[in-house]
Amino acid sequence: MNFPFDVNIPLLLEGFPHPAMILDENFRIVALNRLLEAMTGYDAESVAGIHGELIIRSNTGNSRGQLYSNVMQTGVSVSVTGDIINSYRRKIAVQYSIAVLDDNAGRHCGLLVIVEDLSGREIVNSSGIANYSTMEMIGHSAKMQKVFDMILLLAQTDTSVMITGETGTGKDKVAEIIHQKSSRARFPFIKVNCGALPPGLLESELFGHVKGAFTGASRNKPGMFSLADKGTLFLTEIGDMPLPLQVKLLSVLDDREFVPVGGENKISVDVRIIAATHRPLRDQVRKHKFREDLFYRLNVLQIHLPPLREREGDVRYLLDYFLQKFTKALNKPILGFAPKALQALLNFQYPGNVRELSNIVEYAVNICPRKKINPDHLPPYIFDQQADRIPAADSSPREFSREAKKIDSAAGYTAPSDARESWSEIERQLIVDILKDHRGNRTRVAEELGWGRMKLWRKMKKYGLQQ
Amino acid sequence: MMQKMMVLIQGDFVAPRFDLATEVLMVQFDKGNVIGEPKMIIMERSSDEALCQMAVEENITDIICGGIEEVHYNFLVWKKVAVLDAVIGNWRKAVEKGVAGTLSQGEILHSNKDESLTL
Repeated sequence: MNFPFDVNIPLLLEGFPHPAMILDENFRIVALNRLLEAMTGYDAESVAGIHGELIIRSNTGNSRGQLYSNVMQTGVSVSVTGDIINSYRRKIAVQYSIAVLDDNAGRHCGLLVIVEDLSGREIVNSSGIANYSTMEMIGHSAKMQKVFDMILLLAQTDTSVMITGETGTGKDKVAEIIHQKSSRARFPFIKVNCGALPPGLLESELFGHVKGAFTGASRNKPGMFSLADKGTLFLTEIGDMPLPLQVKLLSVLDDREFVPVGGENKISVDVRIIAATHRPLRDQVRKHKFREDLFYRLNVLQIHLPPLREREGDVRYLLDYFLQKFTKALNKPILGFAPKALQALLNFQYPGNVRELSNIVEYAVNICPRKKINPDHLPPYIFDQQADRIPAADSSPREFSREAKKIDSAAGYTAPSDARESWSEIERQLIVDILKDHRGNRTRVAEELGWGRMKLWRKMKKYGLQQ
Repeated sequence: MMQKMMVLIQGDFVAPRFDLATEVLMVQFDKGNVIGEPKMIIMERSSDEALCQMAVEENITDIICGGIEEVHYNFLVWKKVAVLDAVIGNWRKAVEKGVAGTLSQGEILHSNKDESLTL
């Protein structure tokens, strides 16, 4: 490609604040910047010579390069909105802008393509309050409101964040919202699951490798740290990270530079770390499975996502939200839940939290042929015994352990022998037993249960214990 | 055991997106050998949900596709379908490698410069 002046194309593209690439006259990739590498998941070296749309994968009517052809023929730039699907299986809303490049003779010789990530743009509702429901973060309970307040605070800082919570509570979504609301929003957000890859592969995935570093390393590969430069690296299931890698991660956090696998030169990066785990990391530290220094380095700011069973009133909102979502997606004329089905859903404990609730509603919407969802349309297991149900493995949320201890220590209370009892029955029996112990003194019963009098009153009303 | 592969295609390429693909190729194979004639299906309109349903109804064991959303990927994996996604390149080469068991997720199959392929 001829330019009227000497130009270093890769360097020029790196200066762009958005993912960008240059295509030749046949729409084949000549160069792309690191932001586009991060957005699509493909590195420049391996996709050189590939048709541009094959790595962008947009829904903007360019699947056969029609937009490229139009711009090349007319010389008129276009800018359209749509979405792409990257190689991490993530759909990203984008503004796709295409402009023609001319050579010295004025002949169209290529295209400049800019793919601006729109997912970070704040969506504000009419009341001016940030709307997290677009990210499926829905909650009206006091605990979730605290989480939402914390998210805004955490987004203002650049410090490492640790997100804890049981499986299905939305740790990934919170990490993404923090990134999108931070000053790093227009730079990449890269997620790495530390528990999903074997140690050797995880090191190469995080820090990259140089050609010849190991058998099969036929080219240089930038790691996730490089791809997330200026953005955020989200390390999920950090509790599963092998110890030797924890040392390397700690050194990157301290020095902001690292050496790729098999390499000699250090690479400097500016990356914010958000880590998440469903494991109790303090216990892991005590068991010498997680480095104490790394724990303190990551745990600068901490946010705990409450399990669904502690989010008073949110289950109802979430049921309605997911019902609406799935009826629309599956084009079903379902209007709501029948009272018995609703009661069963409200009584269920959701050990898999919001993810499980969403799955149950999706199942019901698929099964239900009528206008109301009946108990018959719900997965049978939610009617099974919940006495032997344990909340998500290893999660041991403080609140639940406290509840469990209360159950154990409740004077005179013995665990129900019939394993087919529901959680509601267990809870009802617990209240009855403690009421007996305290001769009906509700203040003392509420104290023992760790509840407010209002909550005790509501529960007693629910279980028909009011006289 | 006989396997049944579904390949989402567009022109000469593996279709860039699962949810926008309308051409589906079905290939039955056993121990690296294609059995019978591959079957081509042209869908009336693109639909990721319809493709997932088709994969289940047709007892598909393997899928080769381009970009796919996590929700559909997880569904297919849950249905015990081996999904090789984010594949870029000539679908004929992809099928050959898929049948031989040498194709990997995210693989880029470069074409010869003189090879004329239509997207």
